[in-house]
Amino acid sequence: MKILVGISKTPDTTAKINFTNNNTEFDTNGVQFIMNPYDEWYALVRALELTEQLGGSVTVINVGTAENDQIIRKALAIGANDAIRVDKSPEDALDVATQISGHAAGYDLIMLGKETISYNDSAVGSMLAELLNQPFISYCSHLDSNGTEITATREIEGGSESMTCSIPAVISCAKGIAEQRIPNMKGIMMAKSKPLNVVPPVSVDKRVNIDRFELPPAKQSVKLFSPDDVETLIRALHEEAKVI
Amino acid sequence: MSIIVFAETQNRQLKKSAFEALTYAKKVSEQLNQPVKAVILGPTDNANEAAEYGCADIYHDANDLFTHFDSQVYTNAIADAYRQLSGNMLILSHSSLGKSIAGRLAVRLKAGLVAGANNIPVNNTIPKAVFSGKAIGYYSITTPDKVISVMGNAIKPEKSAVTANVQTIDLEKAEPKVKVTQRTESSGKVPLPEATRVVSAGRGMKDPANWGIVEELAEALDATLACSRPVADAGWRPHGEHVGQTGIAIRPNLYIAIGISGAIQHLAGVNNSKTIVVINKDPEAPFFKAADYGIVGDLFEIVPKMTEAVRKLKAGNL
Repeated sequence: MKILVGISKTPDTTAKINFTNNNTEFDTNGVQFIMNPYDEWYALVRALELTEQLGGSVTVINVGTAENDQIIRKALAIGANDAIRVDKSPEDALDVATQISGHAAGYDLIMLGKETISYNDSAVGSMLAELLNQPFISYCSHLDSNGTEITATREIEGGSESMTCSIPAVISCAKGIAEQRIPNMKGIMMAKSKPLNVVPPVSVDKRVNIDRFELPPAKQSVKLFSPDDVETLIRALHEEAKVI
Repeated sequence: MSIIVFAETQNRQLKKSAFEALTYAKKVSEQLNQPVKAVILGPTDNANEAAEYGCADIYHDANDLFTHFDSQVYTNAIADAYRQLSGNMLILSHSSLGKSIAGRLAVRLKAGLVAGANNIPVNNTIPKAVFSGKAIGYYSITTPDKVISVMGNAIKPEKSAVTANVQTIDLEKAEPKVKVTQRTESSGKVPLPEATRVVSAGRGMKDPANWGIVEELAEALDATLACSRPVADAGWRPHGEHVGQTGIAIRPNLYIAIGISGAIQHLAGVNNSKTIVVINKDPEAPFFKAADYGIVGDLFEIVPKMTEAVRKLKAGNL
């Protein structure tokens, strides 16, 4: 089974978010970047597990500039066989989906995380599936295959649904599908010699702009109550906050 | 030109998120001075209820094919409706189903997409949470056709009843490639993304056997249970209850955090809640900085007292 895994670069989960240039650009100053956790923990690891069971290979693909090679090498250290980097700074979900679609031929499955922790669109998988005219199963918490079709479970509001689907297909991966893998020293050494093919981008028309960013208004300071005064708290929630 | 709302159903009923999308569309229609038309797929008992949120023209294709969800089948049908009804804007819910088709539809309709709008447009820019709730981005769409998915619990459904005109529409029916084999619904509780009240607990509970007091408080408040990541990872609570940046992002009216310190990753997933109450024995817990109300003290004493006070309130004795 040949699997293509899309990986994105995102700010670390603990990063403080600030903006520059009159609040029109994300301030990368002092920000640590990581592989988007859902891509790494869920999509990549489950793809590796499937090829370990069924044979085949895992290719990771990233849209980004040379500074992304660090996270691509990490994906190779975790176990991917080779990598493709489309050489451009990604504009938005449509840009990423279009760039990946040009390199998706011949794969049985394309797997991604359920969303990035930076722009939270949850749109690349769905766009990619449409560009490739393939089925799309989102938010998979369980995925298996016999090599000719897949069985999957996806989380829905208030429950889950299980399904079968033909391949090729695009899958977005959520919690429960796999457990995080930490690269070992052998993996890190081997990653250095695995192929990383840098390819040129295609041009994509922009359809959305982010005009400006805003940080949420600061909270007023907390109103503290004594442990002996629980009833006053509940009354405040009823009369002042009006939430119960 | 019209604003098309895809009004989502579950178990033959319009969902709460459909009423949110309809309310959003009504407000946008007032800004743009364009009519709203609702599209409903599959057997539905209350299609006419869309009119209670200001949308008179309801187009319903009740075919059984739509009972099970396949992103391609739904995309073909909704794109067909959009063309038949002369849409130039499509509004849908940023739900598990909506997220599976919003990107597909944007590609199909050659439209710009804003995924997860958390408020109505301001000067033609659409606000949405970015960086997992740590900031808001104001998006503008530059294409004539536009797709907007509306974040759950971000827009309060507002009634403005008009007379329903439910019409049958015959939409494209593609052959499904996804075959749903089983559907499991968890207990009768309101699902986390839709819950207006959430009671959440973390490592401060010390042992999974202690959860009874949290369950009782949630029961008294008619709230949905949630938990922090360490507690889900330790297997104390099911993964489906994990809220935070890497779990489910929520925005209820009331979020009560019990024995959760408030790491930045947890806060990112819950800080859009309207009112946050924190119970923690550590006065330095970072969560107090993000809270509206708090009590510093022993949760094992405080939580049962809260339950008791809520019961008194409900009985009119507080």
